[in-house]
Amino acid sequence: MSNIIQFENIGLRYGADAEVLSDINFSLATSGFYFLTGASGAGKTSLLRLLYLVQRPTRGVLKLFGEDVVMMHRSRLPGFRRRIGVVFQDFRLVPHLSAFDNVALPLRVSGMNEREIAGPVEEMLEWVGLGGRFGALPASLSGGEQQRVAIARAVIGRPDILVADEPTGNVDPDMAKRLLGLFEALNRLGTTVVIATHDLPLISQIPGAQLMRLDRGRLTDPTGGLRFPPGTSTVAAGEGRPLGKPE
Amino acid sequence: MTEEERASARKGSADTYPAGSPRNRWLPEGRRGPMPWIIAIIIFLTLLAGAAALGLAHALIQMRGELAGGYTIQVIEPNAERRAAQVARITAYLKTERTVRTVAVVPERQLREQIEPWIGTGTEPGELPIPALIDVDLEPGTQPGRIASIERTVTAIAPGARVDAHERYLAPVEQLMRTLMWLAAALVAMMTAVTAAVVMLVARSSYETHRATIDVIHLLGATDLQIARLFQRRIALDVLFGALIGTAAAVSVLWFMGRSLAATGADMAMMISVPWRLTPLLLAIPILSLLLAATTARITVKRALERTL
Repeated sequence: MSNIIQFENIGLRYGADAEVLSDINFSLATSGFYFLTGASGAGKTSLLRLLYLVQRPTRGVLKLFGEDVVMMHRSRLPGFRRRIGVVFQDFRLVPHLSAFDNVALPLRVSGMNEREIAGPVEEMLEWVGLGGRFGALPASLSGGEQQRVAIARAVIGRPDILVADEPTGNVDPDMAKRLLGLFEALNRLGTTVVIATHDLPLISQIPGAQLMRLDRGRLTDPTGGLRFPPGTSTVAAGEGRPLGKPE
Repeated sequence: MTEEERASARKGSADTYPAGSPRNRWLPEGRRGPMPWIIAIIIFLTLLAGAAALGLAHALIQMRGELAGGYTIQVIEPNAERRAAQVARITAYLKTERTVRTVAVVPERQLREQIEPWIGTGTEPGELPIPALIDVDLEPGTQPGRIASIERTVTAIAPGARVDAHERYLAPVEQLMRTLMWLAAALVAMMTAVTAAVVMLVARSSYETHRATIDVIHLLGATDLQIARLFQRRIALDVLFGALIGTAAAVSVLWFMGRSLAATGADMAMMISVPWRLTPLLLAIPILSLLLAATTARITVKRALERTL
């Protein structure tokens, strides 16, 4: 199985401060399902920012889809971003756009014909339980509803990579399970899923998912509350022990 | 959910759902602010300055055409008989000169009428000697050397005779008109620069206001050009609105000024007008301002985006 994401000796610092990520090495396989955990301030969000191309590392090689994006000219990045779906922790919905238009945004950005947009967007909104709220503005939605719109927006374009930062943080357990099912379904269709979360029960719900743990900016072997930690900080699909299936 | 319910839900209510094509709704379509009015004032002033520049340029060309090649020869001889003989000899010589188009002696009666306000009526011819005047028109493009040769011959026939170019009389007026014309043209250039500066400031401010939305759209894979076009469209609409108001106001003022100048009946005032064939140049000002604004907005936003990843 080929690698869709590759980090080689990645380091990241903001300004003259100490590195927030140091010597990060891992490869993620196409169609893999990965969880990223770590305490607050461990560098999860910084790592995700590198993944969804809002930040370049200060050192190392970062390959997405087999191409080094560190030295890549910025004019090529939008093409890569369209292949990556992102669920932000703070949702980042566009406040003046309705739920429908927020979800339709990635399709419109990619230039899809307006006639082809309505069907998939409505279907997606209905799937996340917002069938009757197409025209609602984000301000009129609850936190959980906003999160579902954010997830619908991230997955509507069937991205090759889905990056999610605490995607189930604001929804009830039933909806969390339903959304996780959506991620799994997407994963089965070939999307590589990377989820940053503190929610340990959530991790155990995805058999076959693998785990990366960040500690003070470094990938470490997971310890403590994780029942089935992978044996190495370098994670590749098929190499680590699947969660939920103890030997 | 029925198809009608879906359409209704998608559409939303009028107060929560901004109008316009969905592709243009990525930025909120709120109140436009003072930008169109600022542009209207700038376009109004630019058109007035432009009309002044064109009107003065037109008047200068006309004036030059009318004065070029015109000369007056003054024969200053107190003795009337000798003066008449000199005039006859000069006229005879000028009629043989191939660069001379027309020669006309100004009748003495006409000269007396012109100086009547100063010397009063009742003077007999010969009682107060006045110089004889000969109006001469030379062929266009007569070389200065040839003119000097004519002048030498004239003064040889009538020592003390003066040859004055008509252009010389109006040189200070021409200089003033030329200065005003360039001043008006400079105003047009400055107003154009102000338009670009205003658009740049508005584009930057608008970009900062909508930074959060732009960041999201950018992260979803929008190109710099896609985002820049959003601002370009919005600013172009503002400028179009302002340009229409400014142009309408300027056309009204220019029409009124034209009527007022025509009513004076003064030759010079009549000359300062914008001929119809030059009006497209004036109308190009709002159109060029619109293009300038759209281009400036696009470049400003693209440059701002280039500072991000």
